[in-house]
Amino acid sequence: MSSPQVLHIPPVKRSMLAQLWNDRMGRVGLLLTTFTLIAAVIGPIIFVFDSGAVGADATTLLMPPTRTHILGTDELGRDVFSQFLSGSRVSLLVGLMATVISTIIGAGVGIAAGFFTGKLDTVLMAVTDFFLVVPAMPLMIAMGAIFGQNLTIIIVIIGLLSWPRTARIVRSQTLSLRERKFVPRARSLGSTNWRIIKVHMIPHVLPLLIANTILVVAGAILSEATLAFIGLGDPNRISWGSMLHFAFASGAVGRGAWWYFMPPGLGILLIVLAFTLVGHAFDKINNPHLGGSS
Amino acid sequence: MSYLPRKLLQVLGSIFAVATFNFFLFHIIPGDPIRLIARTQKLDPEAVAELRKKFGLDGSIIHQYLVYLKNLAHADLGYSFSLHEGVGSVLLRALGHTALLLTVSTLIVVIIGIAIGVYAGSRQGKKSDSWIVISSLVFWSMPTFWVGMLLVFVFGVWWGGLPISGITTPNAVYSGSLSYMMDIARHLILPTLTLALVDIAFFIMITRTSLIEVMHEDYMLTARGKGLSRKTVVWKHGVRNALLPVMTASALYISALVGGAIQVEVVYSWPGMGLLMYNSVLARDYPVLEACFLVSSIVVLLANFASDVLYRVLDPRVSVAR
Repeated sequence: MSSPQVLHIPPVKRSMLAQLWNDRMGRVGLLLTTFTLIAAVIGPIIFVFDSGAVGADATTLLMPPTRTHILGTDELGRDVFSQFLSGSRVSLLVGLMATVISTIIGAGVGIAAGFFTGKLDTVLMAVTDFFLVVPAMPLMIAMGAIFGQNLTIIIVIIGLLSWPRTARIVRSQTLSLRERKFVPRARSLGSTNWRIIKVHMIPHVLPLLIANTILVVAGAILSEATLAFIGLGDPNRISWGSMLHFAFASGAVGRGAWWYFMPPGLGILLIVLAFTLVGHAFDKINNPHLGGSS
Repeated sequence: MSYLPRKLLQVLGSIFAVATFNFFLFHIIPGDPIRLIARTQKLDPEAVAELRKKFGLDGSIIHQYLVYLKNLAHADLGYSFSLHEGVGSVLLRALGHTALLLTVSTLIVVIIGIAIGVYAGSRQGKKSDSWIVISSLVFWSMPTFWVGMLLVFVFGVWWGGLPISGITTPNAVYSGSLSYMMDIARHLILPTLTLALVDIAFFIMITRTSLIEVMHEDYMLTARGKGLSRKTVVWKHGVRNALLPVMTASALYISALVGGAIQVEVVYSWPGMGLLMYNSVLARDYPVLEACFLVSSIVVLLANFASDVLYRVLDPRVSVAR
């Protein structure tokens, strides 16, 4: 290969997964994530949740676990276990899709600001700092109340408000990459800006971006849960947060219906913890590499 | 321009930006704020015309924007349709309650968080350190409102010894201001504990990382070489230097804190800004929601400004550079 590609080591190593596996936190995180993803994909197929299957009489409402309802029933007499399984899909879907939006904006803004610098950098960073400081939760609540309770809208709102930190991290990485020797060399070999960004910036930013992205997923899942708890979830797509909203609003806590409010909370805790552990492990793997090559 | 006026100008610029953003969010995208109000409230045409005039809706967008700014400058935040009261006075009352909750919990979170963070950081790699890190990550992964629900269940329902709702006991008769304050303090216990359980983790992690970095500095080795004890070195030399990055990170914590407070207030019916937002969402009371966002943003911007100034005062290196 005579292209400038020879000048840098491939930053995303194939052994990334192996390295994650060697880290104790990373391994627990990977196992938890895989387990949750499998449960979210297969679970609702085996245990189908029927939102219309309400209880026949008052004795079936908020019923403790029995043989047919292994996690009891909710305030309408519906099965909690199958609801819990189908809720995992909604929570994960929102978390992952919002992260995609957030990462595209964050990486785009960060690379543009760090690579082109100057006025563009000033403007982009002013916008970034604005959204970094403005408290996200009140803004999410206000936007949720204005634009309505629909899964797509919730995804867009969370995605649009979660990118500033990513932009900051990507920008500082791009700024330092820009100073390295391979950029003027590639330029003297006739590379265009776009090619330098594609071949040199994006691959080098990627490890850091992945670690950050995984942490954004964790934050997005928590944001969705909070919005849904406030009562801004999609009424037709019950997530773990919406389950907790209905559990709280129906007084399940006061009546001691632990089978109703424990599972969704534990679900959120486990999946957020899983992504956090993997993100931290990634950071640990990245840092020595970044320290050594700059 | 010297530091303070420049920074102050920046904050004013940000507040102006928030106000403008707020205007676009509530006045332009959903169309007509009166239509939003009319969606849930029955209004006679006369009242609608009156409101239109007040918001300047009979004019162009620029006219509307100027009217909006004028109303803001007069601290006129509009009228709450669900509470039948001016938004300003509703907000002022709620703000005081939120400030009480946040001040008490922030003090506890910062003091305990830094203490545990220093303990863990000075024992890096040991068993106690690993346990602190793991439990911090676990608590940080919990939704704040769910922790609140668990505590309500454990302390309010199971054990039943602590108040789980409101700021005072309803219809209570107080023998004096001391018993009144004691009642509020009892109502503060669970909300504060909820915020603390989740947020302490943040300060533990940041203090720990910062201290570990400082411990590798040359002057720490020198201090040990002088024959000072481990304890003196950690607390007198290490912590002092490690706290400055913690201060910077605290600025980011302020806006996360607002999110936590909203959840805690909803769970414990604490009559602050968070509960007000929750009730306004349920009632679709847009003027209140709008004002809540505006005011919480301004408070966070000012708090950031204060922490920035404090940082300058505390760090001698920055002062010299100025």
